[in-house]
Amino acid sequence: MTTLPEVDVPSVDMQASIGGVPVVSPVLTASGCSSFGRELDPFFDLTSIGAVVTKSVQLRPRSGRATPRMAETPSGMINSIGLQGPGIDGLLADELPWLAERGVRSFVSIAGARTEDFAELASRLRGAPGVLGIEVNISCPNVESRGEVFACNPDASAAVVAAVREAADPAHPVYAKLTPDVTDIVSVARACADAGANGLSMINTLLGLVIDPDTMRPVLGGVTGGLSGPAIRPVALRCVWQVHAALPNVPILGMGGIRTGLDALQFVLAGAGAVSVGTAVFNDPSAPARIHEELAEALGERGFGRLADAVGYAHRAPDEDPSGRHR
Amino acid sequence: MSEEDSGTRVVQLPSGERLLPPVPGAARGPLGAPAPPAAHPPVQGVAVVVGSRPVSAYTELTIEAPDIAETAAPGQFVAFAVGGPTSAMLLRRSIAIAGVGEGRFSVVVSARAAGSTWLASRRPGDEVDVVGPLGRPFPLPPPGTPALLVGGGYGAAALVGLGGLLRSRGHEVAAVVGAGDEARLCSVEDLAAVAAPFVVTTDDGSAGRTGRVTGPVAELVGGAGVVYACGPMPMLAAVARLATDRGVPSWVAVEESMACGVGVCMTCVLPVVGADGRSRFARSCTDGPVFAGDRVRFGDVGTLPADLVGADAMVLAHTPAEEGETP
Repeated sequence: MTTLPEVDVPSVDMQASIGGVPVVSPVLTASGCSSFGRELDPFFDLTSIGAVVTKSVQLRPRSGRATPRMAETPSGMINSIGLQGPGIDGLLADELPWLAERGVRSFVSIAGARTEDFAELASRLRGAPGVLGIEVNISCPNVESRGEVFACNPDASAAVVAAVREAADPAHPVYAKLTPDVTDIVSVARACADAGANGLSMINTLLGLVIDPDTMRPVLGGVTGGLSGPAIRPVALRCVWQVHAALPNVPILGMGGIRTGLDALQFVLAGAGAVSVGTAVFNDPSAPARIHEELAEALGERGFGRLADAVGYAHRAPDEDPSGRHR
Repeated sequence: MSEEDSGTRVVQLPSGERLLPPVPGAARGPLGAPAPPAAHPPVQGVAVVVGSRPVSAYTELTIEAPDIAETAAPGQFVAFAVGGPTSAMLLRRSIAIAGVGEGRFSVVVSARAAGSTWLASRRPGDEVDVVGPLGRPFPLPPPGTPALLVGGGYGAAALVGLGGLLRSRGHEVAAVVGAGDEARLCSVEDLAAVAAPFVVTTDDGSAGRTGRVTGPVAELVGGAGVVYACGPMPMLAAVARLATDRGVPSWVAVEESMACGVGVCMTCVLPVVGADGRSRFARSCTDGPVFAGDRVRFGDVGTLPADLVGADAMVLAHTPAEEGETP
């Protein structure tokens, strides 16, 4: 997992940061796609990536939904897991210590039905070992808004982010995870940043539906589900592009269909300082480590000495000369 | 292991029979112990197909992978990537290991949709990306215990290695193999070589006794000290019930749709009674595929039983708009 680039390609400084906290790699797992990390331990060195982004945790254990929970779709999949998980007590007792004992950084995704739930979760994570920061999954159901999600509404998003930022360990960067299923993602991003988010995770899954032509009913037990995988990559990239253009100083953790280093490079060039690898892990459980290597090689081949120099590079003016800037 | 996206999950017993509500352990003393994890972690890599032959309606592939073959135990499975490196089919196809030897393992592929058809069409010399061995093996019985093996369709292949191992350890082995018709029978010769009595059934009478496996199983289970079964869920439910009703411990290798096979996607769950007596959605891949037959709540597969750990937390999520969640 630590093979060096080709000898004729200069090595690239791959240090990245999550909300100002340095990480050894810009590649992280994606929430919900790597459980709590330990199942991937046989496949690559978990300390070699930026962090394990945990499955979203809530205050109480959750069973998740009835099966069927997923269906394969062209270059992707649709899922309705229902946030199955051990709850914050199980996370703190079993999962985070396992990661911390091995020196693996965790970026803990939290989810809740109420603003206070998020704040309590953030508070419970204060001082937890190995925690790099908090990803606030504001794309989960919000009963207060009658089934809408927080991230569809700038004000609701801002309220959650502000509450989490207030309750969280000051050393923990707080990222808001945004949904693409909005008319104007920039307005939601700006509201989150103004409310104190240290960064933005983009994007969550898109709402989708699959119907079984044999049963002539929806495939998923949850009827609708989240679409992920390379099929959504252009949508994700567009979101990163728009938000970086509008808020160039807000760090972005980019995700959505990243399968290769060149996919990751697109997100970096669009403005993401780091990336999460999600559904690709189902296809290739060592994908995060592989993508780190491929991204480093791709940056080197393009004359970048540091990852940081490539962040947002696709936004440069048309007359800027790329070859004169990085060699 | 079901491997396409069209698997049926709602349990329906053959010919109008209905499963009674689950009776885990009711008035029968302690449940079977949960199957212990495998001794060896899985590995991922590219392997060469060294053999392909039609086996009735299926295709048997032999694959050169010493690291998998030398650590695999009966009951475990492997997960294939399908369609090549740029495939639009992202999800792994999980298939039970049918046999191992000389650095190779074999699987029986049922070509049903695009992914399994691609896999079944691999020819000697082709390469496949495969992860394994995965899942928990069949626990072995105390010395001298007579065993009854029950296989349905291509699920019978998963019992071949077990049958040989039990015989080599001096166990009496009986077997019942069934399918809808003769073409869908599997591993008949392999199991006939290690089992006596050995009974074949087909629904349409095209081979062996006409009817389901449950007839002969009911006759043979009284002479068995342990039952092992692999096949469609309704068959597993019926066999486990027959064994449990006679006080015979059973191990079932379940068939659920899996996206990853390694334990991170949370799609392949089914309700299982845990060691603490409480039911949870257990993963077929890492908590199974082998479960004690009396611990699986077959009648509740495809539902969300109210007494599952964490089911109470799902109430707030029962809105049509749950979506976009990180799974």
